Amino acid sequence: MAAKPRVGIFDFTGCEGCELNHLNFEEQLLDILEHVDIVEWREAMDERADELDIAFVEGSLSTPDCITRINAIRRKSKILVAVGACAVQGGVNAMKNLQPIEAVREEVYGEDKYLFPTLPALPLSAVVKVDHEIRGCPMTQIEFLKVFTALVMGKRPVETDHAVCVECKLRENECVYDKGMVCLGPVTRGGCAAICPSFGQYCTGCRGLVSDANPAAMEQILVDHGLAAEEARKKLQLFNANQLEGTQS
Amino acid sequence: MSGDLNINVHHLTRVEGHGNIVVNMRKGVLEKARLEIVEAPRYFEAMLKGRSFHEAAIITSRICGICSLGHQMTSFKATEQALGLEVSEQTLLLRKLLVHGATLQSNVLHALFLAAPDFLKVGSVFPLVASHPEVVKAALRMKRMANVMAEVLSGRAVHPISCVPGGFTALPTTAQLAELKRGLAEQMLPDLAFAAEVLQTLAGEIPDFSRPTEYISLRSDDDYALYDGDICSSDSGRVAVSEYRRMTNEFVVEHSSSKHCKANRDSYMVGALARWNNNHDRLCGEALEVAAKLGLEPGCANPYMNTIAQVVEAVHCAVDSIAILEELMRRGIKPEPPNQEPTRYGTGVGATEVPRGILYHEYTYDRQGRIVKANCIIPTGQNLGNIDNDMRKLVPEVVPTRSEKEIAHLLEMLVRAYDPCISCSVHMLDVEFIR
Repeated sequence: MAAKPRVGIFDFTGCEGCELNHLNFEEQLLDILEHVDIVEWREAMDERADELDIAFVEGSLSTPDCITRINAIRRKSKILVAVGACAVQGGVNAMKNLQPIEAVREEVYGEDKYLFPTLPALPLSAVVKVDHEIRGCPMTQIEFLKVFTALVMGKRPVETDHAVCVECKLRENECVYDKGMVCLGPVTRGGCAAICPSFGQYCTGCRGLVSDANPAAMEQILVDHGLAAEEARKKLQLFNANQLEGTQS
Repeated sequence: MSGDLNINVHHLTRVEGHGNIVVNMRKGVLEKARLEIVEAPRYFEAMLKGRSFHEAAIITSRICGICSLGHQMTSFKATEQALGLEVSEQTLLLRKLLVHGATLQSNVLHALFLAAPDFLKVGSVFPLVASHPEVVKAALRMKRMANVMAEVLSGRAVHPISCVPGGFTALPTTAQLAELKRGLAEQMLPDLAFAAEVLQTLAGEIPDFSRPTEYISLRSDDDYALYDGDICSSDSGRVAVSEYRRMTNEFVVEHSSSKHCKANRDSYMVGALARWNNNHDRLCGEALEVAAKLGLEPGCANPYMNTIAQVVEAVHCAVDSIAILEELMRRGIKPEPPNQEPTRYGTGVGATEVPRGILYHEYTYDRQGRIVKANCIIPTGQNLGNIDNDMRKLVPEVVPTRSEKEIAHLLEMLVRAYDPCISCSVHMLDVEFIR
């Protein structure tokens, strides 16, 4: 039998909640460890590795140092998986891209704004080739297990590309719009089992847009349900500022 | 020994976020000993601008995956005060339960997964799977139980779903509460007792170091203040949360993208040890027993003991959670929609004890319920000055007897003992929006 795949876990600009979700696999963690060797993971261990079969990467790229590091990780990894909304779309970090970078820096650090280098928050795919994606904020654990299992077995993971609404209906939830709220389920990629509507909330769009989404129509639906045009746009931008760039406002 | 020492630990491991330790000694004189924070700034404040009060906590939760619940709680309290939203007794009890769960999960994660490998002289928790399987399994069970609390009460452990300003969008059933109580009593408490026993055998591995400093935490008349209270300093006593700027005094230093803080001295400490020093008289008997067993005494000035204080707190959180669950079951869960009808628009401040220490959020809202000004001060930012001061005292003390490698390890353990949440501390810095 071939040796166990060598796995590394890496983080860039983000909240490290996706990484924490790796440690939250309490029941499966010991099984996972039977099938792979985790050889590099700064948040949990001291060791570092020169070569990897699979790199799981969290966070968006937002400093010059990030660009250098992601290139180095790509060079030493056979497969690179983007984990979570920040790595896949830029995540909430990308909201800062909507304002002039000088103004953003000044608002936070005032006259010390030049002490800390910054770039627009980018998804990994803007800089390196990404082989697979695990979406969500935080990354959806069931999806991680699916992708992980497929990769360990040498198979190609199946990508989810239907709307959250599909899964919400399967759970027989009352439609969020029928409750007098608005929801981004119609344009957002499923794979999360519609967890937010199932807990009385609306879909915030954290898993990114489906590949054939019509964001302009979504915006119109939000406006038809009482939101001002600016508010509707902002709601869509929460997790998808980079994806919406250039679409009609 | 030449009296020269150069330590540069790039991207410190087993902490949340990115930091470097830099120590530089020439001819016996310490030139530099500090924790450099190189986490990429995220500029959350700019993202909050113009966002509605419904979205504030959804956004600030993303500052930190580990303290996401704490950020949400603090955000709700600031928003509710600013908008005049009253919450029910049931909401308060459920929130206190959630804070206990988050504290349990974070304290167990830090003490057993991130810090314990130091005591057992390995580089991570993974070798312990083979050498100490019972400890790892107990830790995993405790983490799972704490996460089940979050999942039942709020939808998920990282970025909770159903807690909102004014209350909850979904509520647990009485049967679910009974199940949580059973898990805490039959599994969590015995596992915690086992963890305490294991740590007792490792107590000799905790470095002997002491540097008295100012300890700041919340304090309440009613309980061991985690969800709410007044600000309490070991130097100057209690003040209202609205006075938080007087107790933090943020300033920018060149070597850290997170601002530093100070109050009565040039630095202070927040977190489990500060809470223990200020509030040990409010802990339950079971927690005090564990403290005695592990040699944690009131007025403890050894920052390495922060990890032990976390375990003591975990016991308190488990015991008090059972009491809260009993109270909730006695009352019965009442269906109630969240109160989201503002009665005013203005400024509000919230403070919560999150696992790493006191967290502040302050928001100002316009008449449409949109944020015009936000200020958030994170525990790790408050600890950074104190960590630098500890290093400056520790390094000269150990230079005569320890090798460079040993000193680097002692410093890593020191920083890790504070359980720093570096991504957090960089993500929220003081800002005033100019409109």
